[in-house]
Amino acid sequence: MMGMLGDIYSVFWLDLRVLRRHWMSLIATSLVLPLLYLVAFGYGLGRGMAVDGFPYLSFVIPGIVALTAFSISFNGAASKLQVDKMYYKSFDELLMSPVSSYAIIIGKALIGMVRGAISAVAIYAVGLILAPSMLISPLFFLILLLSCFVFALFGVLIAFIVSSHHGMSNFSTLVILPMTFLCGTFFSLNQLPAVAKGVLYFLPLTHSTELLRSILLDLPFPWLSFAGLLIFGVVFFIGCKVALRRSSV
Amino acid sequence: MIDCIYTENLCKEYGSVKAINNLNLSVRKGEIFGFLGPNGAGKTTTIRVLTTLTRPTSGRVSVGGYDVVTEPAKVKKEIGVVQQHLSLDRDLTALENMEFHARIQHLSSSERKKRIAELLEYIELADCANQLIDALSGGMKKKVAIACSLLHAPKLLFLDEPTVGLDAQTRRRLWDFVRRLNKDGTTIFLTTHYIEEAEVLCDRVGIMHHGQLIAVDTPTGLREKVGSTVVEILTDNKETHYQFFANREAANDYVKGLSSEAKTVIIRESNLEDVFIEQTGEKVGDQ
Repeated sequence: MMGMLGDIYSVFWLDLRVLRRHWMSLIATSLVLPLLYLVAFGYGLGRGMAVDGFPYLSFVIPGIVALTAFSISFNGAASKLQVDKMYYKSFDELLMSPVSSYAIIIGKALIGMVRGAISAVAIYAVGLILAPSMLISPLFFLILLLSCFVFALFGVLIAFIVSSHHGMSNFSTLVILPMTFLCGTFFSLNQLPAVAKGVLYFLPLTHSTELLRSILLDLPFPWLSFAGLLIFGVVFFIGCKVALRRSSV
Repeated sequence: MIDCIYTENLCKEYGSVKAINNLNLSVRKGEIFGFLGPNGAGKTTTIRVLTTLTRPTSGRVSVGGYDVVTEPAKVKKEIGVVQQHLSLDRDLTALENMEFHARIQHLSSSERKKRIAELLEYIELADCANQLIDALSGGMKKKVAIACSLLHAPKLLFLDEPTVGLDAQTRRRLWDFVRRLNKDGTTIFLTTHYIEEAEVLCDRVGIMHHGQLIAVDTPTGLREKVGSTVVEILTDNKETHYQFFANREAANDYVKGLSSEAKTVIIRESNLEDVFIEQTGEKVGDQ
């Protein structure tokens, strides 16, 4: 077990080192889009509106926190891994080392989780200034970390599967972008027909948004979404393991 | 002699393309073995199979006495690999890259410190240890990559096209470095498409063509098989023909009897390029 933890840290260590070298630019750039969403949707379009009985700003901030966790964790894990795998071939060094595939998957996901959590917490802090009625709760941080880890695993899986820059770009346009706008970040899923709502529950961001919103707005805890997020995590992890098994001996 | 690498009817297919076609090969402990062939001959695919990166389609393959397919973890402990592409992390320094490789090779903290210091001295780059990889020259980067692969003191080192992109002077320095490694006990398996590299560096050379091993011997042995002297004849229609002879006297006699159609005639000692031409009818650089 200690050997496995050591291996996970060894894989994580490299990406952590890179993060330490470029932390300012990486975090600053990751905050631009969520802050624009916050201003455009929270202050611009949503001023004076109420959704599900809450002021729109209070409603949308948890969604933007979840969205930030999703996009930064996914890209934080996927982008460097894809470059290392396809262009620099440095990922092969890990495959040729005695480090286990479990340690590679978890170690590579951890950097996405850390980057996603830092950015999401920064947006949450801005949100607290704009909407002080939101709760500060340890459960929020736990669910945020879980969400970030699941999304980072998703990023690792896609980096393993997609074998070209073009393919990654297509995946972002066809899957990531629709998730950004459809998973309850900016509007309540209660406004949708039951069929559409059902379909959106097959996307991981929907569950993370529901969980974080329920915690920050003091709503009943959505256990179904918690289970959903866990299931997505297990599915992504198994997918990573299968993809890694196919790519080497 | 113990075989460090052994393959029996090894095949690797990508769809209908046979990248490796029934490869039977043995590399002995302590030698520098060179895999010579043009781009696309199957050299890199063979290295990928031997280093556990690619699963073979069929056949047997063992490295360091362990089966690559059933015992990959044991194989990984025996080998060091320097890939054709520089697989160092460009966002890190030379020292950090070495630290990372030492960590994933399970070296303890004290071992890491000791081996990194030793190897930085060995590659004569201790002064550049804290420079980012991109700040180093091509030859320095290659040395760092080799040092990374040596941290766990592997018995067998794979070098895939080690001198591609390096100038002549750096290339020769790197050859000296590889010889020194071999002298210190490391078996070397290298691929190259440089004739001179295979001739001056390798104890034995295997020639690959379209995924098949078409000849294996010492560089001298390979040359003697085709003839140690070659006559190169450039005709009026700008075609070059090659004739091989056991010695220079026989070559001279042949040239005396040539018709006036031969525009230019060169008599010289044969090299591994000639061996490749004789075996395949093509030049290494034609592929």
